[in-house]
Amino acid sequence: MTSIVIAKFGDDISTDTIYPGRFMATVLPTETPQYAFMDETELNAKLNNKRVPPNSVIVANNNFGCGSSREQAASTLKGWELIIVARNFARIFLQNSINLGLRTIICPTIDANENDELEISETEIINKTSGKKFAIEPLPLARQAIIDAGGLIAYTKKKLLEKSGKN
Amino acid sequence: MGMTIVQKILAKATGQASVKIGDVVEPRVDVAMSHENAALVINQFLEIYSGTGLEPNVWDPSKIAIIFDHRIPAESAKTATNHKKIREFVVAQGITKFHDIRGDEGGICHQILPENGYIRPGYVVVGTDSHTTTHGALGAFSFGIGATEMASVWTLGTVLNVEVPATIKVVVTGKLSGFVSPKDLILHLIGKISAQGANFKVIEFHGETIKNMSTSGRLVLSNMSVEAGATAGIVPPDEETVRYLREVAGVTDDIEMVLPDADANYERIVEIDASKLTPQIACPHTVDNVKPIEEVVGIKINQIVIGSCTNGRLDDLEIAANILRGKKVHQETRMLIFPASWKIYKDALSQGYIMDFISAGAVVMNPGCGCCLGVHQGALGDKEISLSTTNRNFKGRQGNPNADVYLCSPAVAAASAITGVITDPSKGVN
Ligand code: SF4
Repeated sequence: MTSIVIAKFGDDISTDTIYPGRFMATVLPTETPQYAFMDETELNAKLNNKRVPPNSVIVANNNFGCGSSREQAASTLKGWELIIVARNFARIFLQNSINLGLRTIICPTIDANENDELEISETEIINKTSGKKFAIEPLPLARQAIIDAGGLIAYTKKKLLEKSGKN
Repeated sequence: MGMTIVQKILAKATGQASVKIGDVVEPRVDVAMSHENAALVINQFLEIYSGTGLEPNVWDPSKIAIIFDHRIPAESAKTATNHKKIREFVVAQGITKFHDIRGDEGGICHQILPENGYIRPGYVVVGTDSHTTTHGALGAFSFGIGATEMASVWTLGTVLNVEVPATIKVVVTGKLSGFVSPKDLILHLIGKISAQGANFKVIEFHGETIKNMSTSGRLVLSNMSVEAGATAGIVPPDEETVRYLREVAGVTDDIEMVLPDADANYERIVEIDASKLTPQIACPHTVDNVKPIEEVVGIKINQIVIGSCTNGRLDDLEIAANILRGKKVHQETRMLIFPASWKIYKDALSQGYIMDFISAGAVVMNPGCGCCLGVHQGALGDKEISLSTTNRNFKGRQGNPNADVYLCSPAVAAASAITGVITDPSKGVN
């Protein structure tokens, strides 16, 4: 699958940048996408003008998603069907993304710029623009189980039915 | 090999003799806390039950805590409607640890939980708020989760798929002197190990400085541990923990002390000599951009904020009142104060601190999150600068991406309010 990098960020991109606190009263996943990167006006406009196809990529360095536990930060990006590739993620953001099915890829050496074309497989990313390859760090098994179940709602539903003897 | 405190707690919460770092476990939960974002948790909770044919009942209504604090009183119809929806759910489910917008019981969630005796050493506590780390100050394993994960906890009473985290041991020695406070200590630590230095790990606080520190100070350390990326920041419980639980929180039943083993395996040990510290300031726009005050004195400030779950307790207000008493907030700055709970507000009232603040020209707001996260009150104008005792200075945090936020201790905030510029309280303000 080939994806285009629509934005490139440095370290410590906080949930206040991804989804500013002033929109936190909005909770429905159908309503949160419009506020993604609200204060990064160019990127927000790009998304809202629907100039971004699904599976487009945001690339970041370390600690992407640091800060608040607000789940809107994951649902807003999931709404645009983006893929987030970062050197590493903040814990709560990563967990929220996995729970909601936002594709997050840990790629400790990733090097890519806006408009680069990436070929993403299970194990590596090929930057077709620069010709360089980068290994993907597999998610811990514990998290993979949630992805395999189709997200945390489905995973919990299964556990609930087991527990109540309905399954 | 011995166990760290988090290993001990997780072993107990899963009914095992021991757990290893990296094990995947499903601990039972003692307290599950949410604030206004319970509105989203309710949606997800109902989603889990939909199509199962089962009645959506939470696993244990006595273990769920819901506290309104982020936008109180409601700033918009949308928030008020969320509040209403949560109140109805609370009644329908019989949730008992509910704190509404009330002067007799309200406040910030991370103050309400310890203050009301909801937290005990050895507990597993989860909250839909990243500063849920706060409760580690009482020896609990307490960490932030998202709304969907909370819905899962409400359903099952356990947290699914938790990896037992590694621990960084922070050993603090030396006396905090003069105007140097626990806030300066934690800012220094975050600057030293960076905003991601403890990502996916737990910080355990040790050393004579911690032993001699009040619970109020320890709450500051645990609260801000998340700013170094930590899953949790835990102080092993001791006599001070018991004193706080008995005298302040009114706990009368047995308190079980869960302690780390002496031969526990720590990933890293960080040592700090607190006697060498001066007041510390986190500069825009990351919490780990920490400088000793000497490097930033004189920066002009438009708005001073004292409050939040980090520094809105009685001892914080006392320090500020002692500095401000009989003085005036500088004409070119404004000062906002929001105590962390109504209990603190009332104590500050009877101590005369509130009158000291008002007479100096400060505005005292109702307890709650106030302007900490920029959704409600006290937004900044373009290119304005805020000096704040809160815990985050990210771009846009106080409501305006074109403004700057500096973080500091209550003493620095109060001294700077008088001069209108960043001021070292030990240098005098006259
Ligand atoms: S005071 Fe600030 S940091 Fe604390 S819970 Fe409220 S918004 Fe979060």
